[in-house]
Amino acid sequence: MKRVLQGDEDDSSTSSEGPTEPRKKVRQLDDEAPSTWGHLPQEILLHVFQHLPLLDRAYASQVCRSWNEAFHMPELWRCFEFELNQPATSYLKATHPDLIKQIIKRHSNHLQYVSFKVDSSTESAEAACGILSQLVNCSLKTLGLISTARPSFMELPKSHFISALTVVFVNSKSLSSLKIDDTPVDDPSLKVLVANNSDTLKLLKMSSCPHVSPAGILCVADQCHGLRELALNYHLLSDELLLALSSEKHVHLEHLRIDVVSENPGQTQFHTIKKSSWDAMVRHSPKFNLVMYFFLYEDEFGPFFRDEIPVTHLYFGRSVSKDVLGRVGLTCPRLVELVVCANGLRPLDEELIRIAERCQQLSAIGLGECEVSCSAFVEFVKMCGRRLSQLSIMEEVLIPDHKYSLDEIHWEVSKHLGRVWFPDMMPTW
Amino acid sequence: MVVNSVHWFRKGLRLHDNPALQEALKGADTLRCVYVLDPWFAGSANVGVNRWRFLLESLEDLDACLRKLNSRLFVVRGQPADVFPRLFKEWGVTRLTFEYDSEPYGKERDAAIIKMAQEFGVETVVKKSHTLYDLDRIIEMNNSSPPLTFKRFQAIVNRLGLPRKPLPTVTRQQMDGCWTDVSMNHDERFGVPTLEELGFKTQELSPAVWKGGETEALERLKKHLDRKAWVANFERPQINVCSLMASPTGLSPYLRFGCLSCRLFYYELRDLYLKVRKHSSPPLSLFGQLLWREFFYTAATNNPNFDRMEGNPICVQIPWDHNPEALAKWAEGRTGFPWIDAIMTQLRQEGWIHHLARHAVACFLTRGDLWLSWESGMRVFEELLLDADWSVNAGSWMWLSCSAFFQQFFHCYCPVGFGRRTDPSGDYIRKYIPKLRDYPNRYIYEPWNAPESVQKAVNCVVGVDYPRPMINHAEVSRLNIERMKQVYQQLSHYKGLSLLASVPTIQEEAELPRSDDSQSHNSSDVQSDEPSKKASLGKRERPSELQRPPACTQPKVQRRSTAEGSSSKQQY
Repeated sequence: MKRVLQGDEDDSSTSSEGPTEPRKKVRQLDDEAPSTWGHLPQEILLHVFQHLPLLDRAYASQVCRSWNEAFHMPELWRCFEFELNQPATSYLKATHPDLIKQIIKRHSNHLQYVSFKVDSSTESAEAACGILSQLVNCSLKTLGLISTARPSFMELPKSHFISALTVVFVNSKSLSSLKIDDTPVDDPSLKVLVANNSDTLKLLKMSSCPHVSPAGILCVADQCHGLRELALNYHLLSDELLLALSSEKHVHLEHLRIDVVSENPGQTQFHTIKKSSWDAMVRHSPKFNLVMYFFLYEDEFGPFFRDEIPVTHLYFGRSVSKDVLGRVGLTCPRLVELVVCANGLRPLDEELIRIAERCQQLSAIGLGECEVSCSAFVEFVKMCGRRLSQLSIMEEVLIPDHKYSLDEIHWEVSKHLGRVWFPDMMPTW
Repeated sequence: MVVNSVHWFRKGLRLHDNPALQEALKGADTLRCVYVLDPWFAGSANVGVNRWRFLLESLEDLDACLRKLNSRLFVVRGQPADVFPRLFKEWGVTRLTFEYDSEPYGKERDAAIIKMAQEFGVETVVKKSHTLYDLDRIIEMNNSSPPLTFKRFQAIVNRLGLPRKPLPTVTRQQMDGCWTDVSMNHDERFGVPTLEELGFKTQELSPAVWKGGETEALERLKKHLDRKAWVANFERPQINVCSLMASPTGLSPYLRFGCLSCRLFYYELRDLYLKVRKHSSPPLSLFGQLLWREFFYTAATNNPNFDRMEGNPICVQIPWDHNPEALAKWAEGRTGFPWIDAIMTQLRQEGWIHHLARHAVACFLTRGDLWLSWESGMRVFEELLLDADWSVNAGSWMWLSCSAFFQQFFHCYCPVGFGRRTDPSGDYIRKYIPKLRDYPNRYIYEPWNAPESVQKAVNCVVGVDYPRPMINHAEVSRLNIERMKQVYQQLSHYKGLSLLASVPTIQEEAELPRSDDSQSHNSSDVQSDEPSKKASLGKRERPSELQRPPACTQPKVQRRSTAEGSSSKQQY
C-alpha cells in the first residue's frame, strides 16, 4: 500500500522528470509530508484489522495509540477461539495466557461467538472451565466445547464442569448454537439451558453425553421450538422426542444427527423407533436430513432397517453385514450418502444394485474394505448415472471379472459418470 | 595426466546399472570404491540392528564382487566432509563419482562435497540411477510442482515413455584397465566392520530373514520373475497368510539400498510381460511398487520439511495427541490387540512387513485409534523397517494418516476385523505371539472376549499373561472420525453434511493429459469428450464456498492455530 500512495504522489508532484530516480523522490516525500497512518479513521482501521490474523493485529496494536484503540474495538472481539493445549500433550500452540486475561478483563462483554479447543490433558479442560466461569457479563450467541483429541472434559469432576457451563447458560439468555459433545452435561443443566434460552436455541450438538437421559433431551425439544439442528446418541432418541420435534409449535427441523454406539459388545439391546414417529417427522419437516453414524458389532443390527426410515446420510464405522446392506436398500428411500467402512469378503453386487434402484436420491457413496465385482459396479454406476457426485471406492474393492479388468473399469465408470474417475489407492511398497 | 578415480557408494550398492561407477572407470589409471560410514551413528540414531546388518552384508557383498574384479571396497570411518579432504590428498584423487541422491538432505550434503572437491581440483561426475526417471523432469512437466495424486503422477510418467535402459554390470575387462592399490593392512584400515564392532550384541540375534547384497538381490529378482511367469497373472494377488510372511522373492529392501537397480527390475518385468502376453503393452499397474517409490521421491525432493507436520506445505495440521506411553505400547507390540502386536513383532524381529500390515498399524497409531502423530510412527519404521528410506517412509505415513495427498479418511482398519479377514487361520498371530498359540480361532483376534475358562485353559489370561486392549476401538474410532471431519471441514470450509465431500479435491486431478494407447481401447468415447468436460470437471462436487485458484496445486493448509477472530470464520 505504501508503494501505491507514493506512486500517486509521484504523479501529482513533479511533471518534468520521468520515473528515473524514485529513491530521491522517496526521501523528499518523507521530509515534506508527515505520516497520515496514525490518523486513519477508525472504521477503516477496523476494516483492515478484520482481515488480519490475531498475531498481526496484536503487533499492529503496538504501533501507536490510535491503532491500539482500534485493536480493542468491540467488533474485533465478537468471535474468539480459545486454544488450550499443554506442551506435554499437544504439538500445537496454545492461546497465550496473557491474552486470555486481557480478553476476560476488557472484552468479555463483547464476546458473542466463542469456542474452546482443548487437547487431551485435564489441565486444558480445567482452563476452559476457568474461562467459562468468568464469562459473567457475556451474552453469548454460540458456544462450542471441542476436544481435539481424547475427550478431556469427561475427566473433570462433573460438578465443576456443570457449574462453569451453567454460568454461560444463565447469563447469556440468547444462546443460539451450543456444541457440547463428549462432555458430562446432565439433565438438570439442560433444564437451566432451556429455562434461559428456549426462545433462541437453534442448534444443539450433544453426542456422547452419557449423563443425559431421554427425559432430559425431551425437555429441550418440548421447550425450544426454534431448534433446527440436533445431534445426540441413539439411546436418547425416543418416539416422544420425534413427536415433540414434529409438533405444530416447532419449526422445521433441518438436521438430526444420531450416533449409534454399542456400550458393551453384544450386551446392549437397542430399542426401536416406531415408523409412525419417523413419518410424523417427515410430514412436519419434509426436507430434513437424518444423519446416522453406526459403530456397532455386526450382530447388533437386529432392530435396525426393518421398517422404512428417512435416513439421508448413513455411515457404518465398523464392519457391517451383507444382510444389513441389503435391508438398507429396502428401507432407506431418502438415502443421499452411504459410506461403508468395511464389509468383508463376499461381493455386494446385489445389494448395490438394489440401492441404485431404490435410493433415487443417492449422490455419494464410499466403500472401504468390501468386495464388488467390476460388472456389478459398472451396472451400479450406470443406474445412478450423473447424480453420483462423490464416488470413493478403494481400489481393492473392485474384483476383476470376465467383462472388465481393473485397467478398463475406470473408463467405463468415467463414461457413465460424465467425468474422469479413478478408484482410491493405497501405497504398495 | 594421471586419472585417479574414486567412486563413492551411498545407496546404489551394486555393480550392475551403475552409470556413475562406469564414469569412474572411463580412462582411469586407478580406481577406489569407497563407502563412508559414521560409526557414531550406530549407537545413537534411529537405525536398528536389522538395518545395520543388511547394510553390512551389502557392503560385504560389494567387497566380494569387487574382489573378483581385482579390486576391493574401501570402508572409511567418519563423515564425508572430513573424510574426503584427507583421501583427496592421500590418494591424489582427480575424479570423484557418485549416484545422485534426490533427498533434500542428500542434495545439501552433496553440494558441499562438490564445492569442496572443486577446491581440490577434483572433477565430480554425478549420475542418476536410483530412480526410474529424472524427478526434476517430472516436476517440470507438472507445472513446476510435484504431482500430489498418484493418478496424476502416473499420467505424467506415461507421457515420459520408457525409463533409460539399465547398464550392464562392470566387467573384468573394464577393471583390468585400471588398478586398485590394495595395501596389506586393507582389512584393518578399510574393511567392512562387524555388528559387534559397531556396538551391537549379537548372541541373541536370530538369523537374518532378509540377506543384504547385490548377489542376493539378483537371485531374488530371478525367482520373482519365475514366479510371475508361472502364475502368468500379473494382477494384484489375493492376500492370505502366506503373503504376510517374509517372501523369498520380496525386493523392496534391495531397491531401497540400491542392491537392485529399479530400472533393471522395470525392464525385466516389462520383457516378461511382453513375452507372456504377446499382444498388449504392459499397463502401468504392473510397475505399481516402483511407481509408488518414484511418486514419493518426486514429492519429497524439493521439500526439506517433508518428514514433519510443522512447516510442511503439503501436510494437514492435525491436532495429534502426544502420549509417549501409548506410543511405546504400539512400538513394542504391547497394545493388547494381537493383530497389531503380531505385526509390530514381525517388524522388529525381521525388518519387513506386508504393505497391508503397514496400513493396519499406521491407521491404528494415527487416525484410527491412538490419535498419535504420524511422525512418531515414521521414526519407529525408520529404525526397524529395511525398506524405509526418508522419502518413501515419510510420504507413506502422511498418506496412511490422511495428512496429505487428499485421502478420504472414512475407511478405518479395525484391529480385530481387518486382521481376521486377512488371515482367518490365525496362524500369523500364532507365529509371532506364541503365548496366544492355543487360543481358538474364534477368540485369537480378541482374546479379551474369551470366557475366563477358555483363557485359563490355554494358559494365557488377558491382563496377566497378555495385555488388555489399550483402547476401546468403537469408542475411539467414533471420536477420531469426528476429529478428522472437524479438521477437514475447517480446511475446505465445507459446511455440508457429506462425510466424503469434507475432503478437498485438487484441480490437477481434473486435468489429465491424454493417456497412451494401452489404456484407451475402451476410451475413445471419453477421450473425444474430454475437452468439453473440463469445465464440468472443475465443478465436480465442490460446494460453492470452496473456491480454488486454478494454478494452485497444493492444498490450503490449516494455519497453525492462532486464534483468529474474523467474523466470517466463526459462524455456527
